[in-house]
Amino acid sequence: MTEAKNYMYKSWWKITAVLLLIYTFTAGLLLKVPELAPLQETIRNLYFHVCMWFAMMILFTISVVNAVRYLRNLDIKYDIYARQFAIMGIVFGLLGYITGAIWASYTWADPNTPVGDSFSSIARDPKLIGAAIALLVYFAYLILRDSVQDMDKKARISSVYNIFAYTMLFPAIWILPRILPSLHPGNEGNPALDVKNDISGNMRMVFYPAVIGWTLLGVWITTLKIRISLLKEKKLTP
Amino acid sequence: MIKLLKSCMLLILMLNISFTVSAQEKTVEMADMMRSNGRIYVVVAVMLTILAGLILYIVRLDRKITKLEKEI
Repeated sequence: MTEAKNYMYKSWWKITAVLLLIYTFTAGLLLKVPELAPLQETIRNLYFHVCMWFAMMILFTISVVNAVRYLRNLDIKYDIYARQFAIMGIVFGLLGYITGAIWASYTWADPNTPVGDSFSSIARDPKLIGAAIALLVYFAYLILRDSVQDMDKKARISSVYNIFAYTMLFPAIWILPRILPSLHPGNEGNPALDVKNDISGNMRMVFYPAVIGWTLLGVWITTLKIRISLLKEKKLTP
Repeated sequence: MIKLLKSCMLLILMLNISFTVSAQEKTVEMADMMRSNGRIYVVVAVMLTILAGLILYIVRLDRKITKLEKEI
């Protein structure tokens, strides 16, 4: 087996992922955090909600890299990689969206007004719409893939579309939401990455390991799916 | 790889167990750890349990797929 030395079969990074996640769950809940009025303890969601989005971006990046690799070599293996990483990215994006919805309903929503009123103002937030567009573009990627029967055509079309979907991320979640006024924090500079004045040192100590841990977990699950796909591929073409 | 993974999981499990055991020992003489600090440790324990369950599930899946790869 040629892939025997592949990173997918190594275990050191899987152990790293587990250790980092255990650290995230303990330190994330126990360490001191800044006391801010509307957030209170929910500020700890930074280690979970924000990490989902970071993991999503990293997984989508890996996906587009593999799409380009497919277009260069026309090796079906890279197409399988690209697809599975995109799916995992979508899963993390959805988790980010759901956790964000829960978080927002306890921090942004005004408890004194009817739910519908606060919902309409929250749902209009450009960051939420941008993220929704980005995810929808990736849903379309899956639909496009599964609607083409021919293997090579499917791989080629979806690889090209993958590049398009990735470039859509730039305006949808990195540019437009920062231009428009928003309830969501992180309008100036690089949210959560600004070392000087964004998040306190204490929180950074958990946040960065958390991002790595969640991403590695996503990569781990993706490699499992890739390995199953490769097995199927092998069975179909003996 | 599997052996390494297995031993590591075991190590983590042991650490967890020892952590809870030491926490219980403290209760005899000192303040109850699981009941202090607004009982946040209970939340930590619950979340770690869920995490452990999910991780164990993934590890088992990983091993099953490795087995399949060797068979085919």
